Amino acid sequence: MSATDGYNVRRYTPERSTWGRLTARDSVVRRLDWVMLLAALALSGIGTLLVYSATRNRTELNQGDPYYFLLRNILNTGIGLGLAVAAVWVGHRALRGGVPILYAISVLLTAAVLTPLGATINGARSWIQLGAGFSIQPSEFTKITITLGMAMLLAAKVDAGDRQHPDHRTVVEALGLAALPIVIILLMPDLGSVMVLVVIVLAVLLASGASHRWIAGLLGAGVLGCVLIWQLGVLDEYQINRFAAFANPALDPSGVGYNTNQARIAIGSGGLTGSGLFHGSQTTGQFVPEQQTDFIFTVAGEELGFVGAGAIVFLVGVVLWRACRIARETTELYGTVVAAGIIAWFAFQSFENIGMTLGIMPVTGLPLPFVSYGGSSMFAAWIAIGLLQSIKVQRPVSA
Amino acid sequence: MSNLPETGRDSRVTIRLVVIQILVFSLLLTLGGRLWYLQIRNGDQYTAEAADNHIQQVVAPATRGSILDARGIPLADNETRLVVSASRTDLMKMKDRGKAVLTRLAGVLGLPADEVAAKVRLCDAKTPKPCWAGSPYQPIPITDEATTQQALQIRERAEDFPGITAEPTAVRRYAGPGGSNTAQVLGYLSPVSDDEIIKAKAAGRPPLLRSDQVGRSGLERQYDAELRGKAGVTRYEVDNLGRVIGKAKSDKAVPGANVITSIDARVQAIAERELDQAMKDARKELDKNTGVNYKADAGAVVVMESRTGRVVAMASNPTYDPNAWVGGISAKDYQQLTGKDSDYPLLNRAIQGQAAPGSVFKVISATAAVNAGYSFTDNYNCSSSYSIGNQVFKNFESKGYGPINLGRALEVSCDTVFYDLAYRQWQKDGGNNPKHPKDWFYRTAHQFGLGKETGIDLPNEVKGRVPDREWKKRYWEANKDTWCKQGGNAEDYAAKIAKENCESGMRMRAGDSVNYSIGQGDTLVTPVQMATIYAAISNGGTLYNPTVGKAVASPDGKTVREIRPTAHGKLPFDTRTRNQLDAALAGVATQGSAAWRFEGWPQKEIPMHAKTGTAEVYGKQTTSWFATYTQDYTIVMTISQGGTGSGASGPAVRKIYNGLYGVDDKGKIDPKKALLPHPQEKLPTIEKDGTIEAQKIDPPAPKPKESDAARKEEKDE
Repeated sequence: MSATDGYNVRRYTPERSTWGRLTARDSVVRRLDWVMLLAALALSGIGTLLVYSATRNRTELNQGDPYYFLLRNILNTGIGLGLAVAAVWVGHRALRGGVPILYAISVLLTAAVLTPLGATINGARSWIQLGAGFSIQPSEFTKITITLGMAMLLAAKVDAGDRQHPDHRTVVEALGLAALPIVIILLMPDLGSVMVLVVIVLAVLLASGASHRWIAGLLGAGVLGCVLIWQLGVLDEYQINRFAAFANPALDPSGVGYNTNQARIAIGSGGLTGSGLFHGSQTTGQFVPEQQTDFIFTVAGEELGFVGAGAIVFLVGVVLWRACRIARETTELYGTVVAAGIIAWFAFQSFENIGMTLGIMPVTGLPLPFVSYGGSSMFAAWIAIGLLQSIKVQRPVSA
Repeated sequence: MSNLPETGRDSRVTIRLVVIQILVFSLLLTLGGRLWYLQIRNGDQYTAEAADNHIQQVVAPATRGSILDARGIPLADNETRLVVSASRTDLMKMKDRGKAVLTRLAGVLGLPADEVAAKVRLCDAKTPKPCWAGSPYQPIPITDEATTQQALQIRERAEDFPGITAEPTAVRRYAGPGGSNTAQVLGYLSPVSDDEIIKAKAAGRPPLLRSDQVGRSGLERQYDAELRGKAGVTRYEVDNLGRVIGKAKSDKAVPGANVITSIDARVQAIAERELDQAMKDARKELDKNTGVNYKADAGAVVVMESRTGRVVAMASNPTYDPNAWVGGISAKDYQQLTGKDSDYPLLNRAIQGQAAPGSVFKVISATAAVNAGYSFTDNYNCSSSYSIGNQVFKNFESKGYGPINLGRALEVSCDTVFYDLAYRQWQKDGGNNPKHPKDWFYRTAHQFGLGKETGIDLPNEVKGRVPDREWKKRYWEANKDTWCKQGGNAEDYAAKIAKENCESGMRMRAGDSVNYSIGQGDTLVTPVQMATIYAAISNGGTLYNPTVGKAVASPDGKTVREIRPTAHGKLPFDTRTRNQLDAALAGVATQGSAAWRFEGWPQKEIPMHAKTGTAEVYGKQTTSWFATYTQDYTIVMTISQGGTGSGASGPAVRKIYNGLYGVDDKGKIDPKKALLPHPQEKLPTIEKDGTIEAQKIDPPAPKPKESDAARKEEKDE
C-alpha cells in the first residue's frame, strides 16, 4: 500500500489473498460461531482424555498398546474437524443439490450392513468392517442425510415463497424419505439409532411449520409403533433385558442389571471432584463395560466428579444453545430445519446416553456426541457442526 | 413473500423453535439434577460400593499370644508347622484352572488328587465339604502336616508348582508341660462364624476377619482380645475379573499379648494326676448304701493362694486333649467331646459343676449361729439323732458325742448340734408362720458369697444356689403344677414327696432348715466357691475373686498389665470367731474327721486345716467334698458319686500338699523337693524382645503303681 498511489487497487479487488479473506471483517472465519466451536472442541478434548483413561488398561481391546485408542481418537477428531471445515467450505446450500446423491449413498451403505458385509457388535448388526481395525457405522450418517433430505423437501416450496407452510404432499414425501433408512436400521436392529432418527423426524417436522395434525399424528404413530415392536417380537432378548434392567436396576446385578449398576456406582463414587483422572477404581478395574464408547460418561463421573461430569453437560448445553440461536436467526427455512434436526439429534442422543449411565433412561447403544470413542459418530457430529456453522455464515443478511 | 414478517420468519416456526429449545434445556437440567443426586447426595454410598467392588483383602493372621504358667512355662503357645497352601487366584489364571499343578501337588504330598482339588473349590450351597469357606483371595491351606522333605520339593521346583507355597506357619499348641493338661482352664479356639463377624462389627468391637480363630472357652475366650492381636491385612485393588492391579493401604500384623497365669504347671500336673487317681480308686470301693462300687463320674480340684485368690491349679475330670481342636476338630472328636453319650469333658467342673456341699458347709452354719447369738464355746448336745415332730434326723452313722462346743462339733462334724441350732432359729423366725424372719443361716450363706458367681476370670461360671425363702417361693411357683399332679394319689416315696411339696413347698419348713444347716437339701455350690470361702477363712475373711490370669504382657515385653486380686466381700465374723473356726478346722486335720488323712503331717511347721463333707444326692451316690487350707494355699476337691469326703478325696489332697511343701508320707519336710513352698509372687522375666525366660520343667513323673497302698478303711465323717 502506497500513499503516492492515491488509491489502493488491491483493497477493492474481489481477489483478496487467502489470509486477507480469512481475517477480513466479513470473513467466514470471523463470522463463525466460535463459542459453539470451542465448546465442541472442548468436548472432544475431554473425550480424548476419558477414552485414554478407559482404555489404557484394557489389554484385551488395545492390543497391548495403551495409546491405541488415544491416538485413534485424536485421528478421528482431526478427520472430524476436517469434515467440518469441508462442510463450511461447501456450505449447506451448495449441498442442497447433492442431497439426493448423499441420501442414496447413505441408504445403500445402511442396507449393506444387512448383507454379509456387515458386522455384528453387541447384538446389533450396525457396522461395516473396513479392515485394519477401521469400521464405519452408516446409521450415524443417516442422521445427517435424513435431516438434509427432509429439510430440502420441506423447505423447497416455502423458501421459494410458493407456500407459507409445507403442504401435506411434501410432508408425506419427507416422511417416506425418512422411513426407508429407519426401517432398515430397525432390522439391524439398532434401536438407539431408530429412537434418535424418530426424534429428528419429529423435530424437523416441527421446525418446518408442518401442520399440527402431522405432529400429533406422528406422536400417536410413535406410541403405536412402540407397542407393535414389543408385541411383534422384533426386539431381541438382550434389548428386552435392557428395558427390564432399567425398570428394576436391582434385578440380577451380575447379569442384566450389571451395566446399569456398575455405571451408577462409578458415577456416584465420584462425588464432588472425582477420584482424579486415571485414578478411578471402577474405571481402572474395568467394572463398566463399553466404557470408552457408550459408557464414556461414567469415566467422567468417577474420575472428574460432579464438577467434570457437570462440565460435560454444560458444554453440551452451550453447543445446543448456540445451535438454537443459529436456528432462530437464520431466515431461510432450509437452514432452520437442518439446525432443528441437528439440535434434536444432539440433545436427544446426549440425554439418552448420559441418562442411561445415570439410570434414568434404558440402556441403548448410543455414543455421546464428540466425547465417545468411535469414528463414524465423531465424523457425523463434526459434519453437523460444520453444517450449523455454514447456516450461520451463509444466512441471508436480510430478507 | 409479502405475508412474511420482517424477519422473514413465520411465527409458527418461531414458536415451535422456542418449544424445541425449552424441551432441550429441560432435558439437560434433568441430567444435571440427576447427576447431583447421584454424586453429591448419595456419593458416599456409591463410594462404599465401589470400594467393595475393587478392594480385596489378603489376611496375614497375627501370631496369637501365649498363655504361660506362673514361672513362664508355656501352657499354650504356637508351634511352627509346614503349611502348604494354594493361591486360588493364581490357579484360576491357568489354562486348565490349575488342575495339573494340583495333581502334581497331590503326588508330592501323597494325598488323593480329588481330595486336594476339593479343598480349593469354593463353598456354596451345593458344594459338599471339603471346600474353602474363606475369601478366594486368601491362600487356601492344603495341609498343615507337610514334612520338610515335601516342602523342599515344592519350593525347589517352584516352576512346577506355580501358585503353591510351603511356608512355616504358626499353629496353636497346648504343650502340656510336665504332664499337665489344663484343658478346661485353657479352653480352645475355633474359626470365627459369619454371625460373630457381623455382631462384632455392630457392637463396634475390633473387626473380626474370616481367617480368625476365636477363643471358645477358658482363658482362650476370657483373654481373647488380648491374645488375638491384630491380623495384618494387605489390600489389593482388583479389576472386574479379580486380577490384581495395584496395592492399597495395608496394615501390618500386630502379634497378640501373652497372658501370664498363676497356674503352676507342676502343681497342675499333680492335681490332675491325683484327681484322676482318686476317682479311679473310688471306683474300686463298694458303696454300702447302693451295693455297687462308687461311680466317681466327675471330679474337680482347685488349688488357690489363700491370701490372693489366685488359682495355682484347677483340674476337672473327665478331661480331654485340647490339641484335638487344633487345625479344625474332626467330626468324630467333636462327637466324643460334646455328644449325648459323652461325659462332657469340656465342662470345667471346678466352676461349672455344682452340688450340695454337705458338711463343708458347716463353717457357714457355725458362723451363722454365732451371729444369731449362740456362743461358740457353749456346749450343745451332740445326740445320735434329732426329732422334730414325727421326723427323725440322724447323726452321721448315728453316733453321739454328748455335750460339745461348736468347735468340737465341727471337728467331729456333728450334725445334730447344727440341727438343733437351725431348728431353734427357725422357731424364733416364726416357724411355719414367719414374722420378719431374721434367717441368719441363709443370710450368712449369702454373705459367704454363695448363690452368686465368685467372679473368676473364666467364662460361664455358674452361681450355685442358696435355697432361701425367696427361692423356695419361686421354685414352688414354677413346679407346683407338676408336683400337685404327681402327688395326687400318694403311694410311693417320690409321690409322697411331691404331694408334700405341692401342699407346703412354698413355705420354709422346719425340715428344710434343719437339712440346710448341714449343707444338704437344695443347696448347690461350686468347688471354686468353696475354695474362695475357705481361703477367706485362712486369710482373715477377705473373699477374693479368684483369678487365673496374673498379668498381660505386651508382645514386645514393654508393658505389663498386672491383674491385681480384687475382693467381692468380707466374711461376716470378727477375729475371735475366725480364730475359733481356724482352731476347729485345725482340729479336724489333727484329731477330727480328716485326721487319718493327715497322719504324720508336720502340723507345727505347716498348720493344716480341713473340713470333710459327704453330701447326699437323691437317687445318686454321695458326693465327696474335702476343703483344706494352710496359710498359703487352699485346696478344695470334690468327687461326684465318689463316697465320703476324707475317704475319696483325702489322699489326693494330701499328695498335692506334699508336692507343694516337699513333705513326704512320713511328714518329713525336704525343702529341695518343695515345688512351691510359698506362692509365686514374682512374674517371670520378660526379655526386651518379648521372649519370656521359662523355668525348666521335668517331664511327667512315671505313673505310680496302681492302687494306693496307703489307702485305709474309711473312717467316719
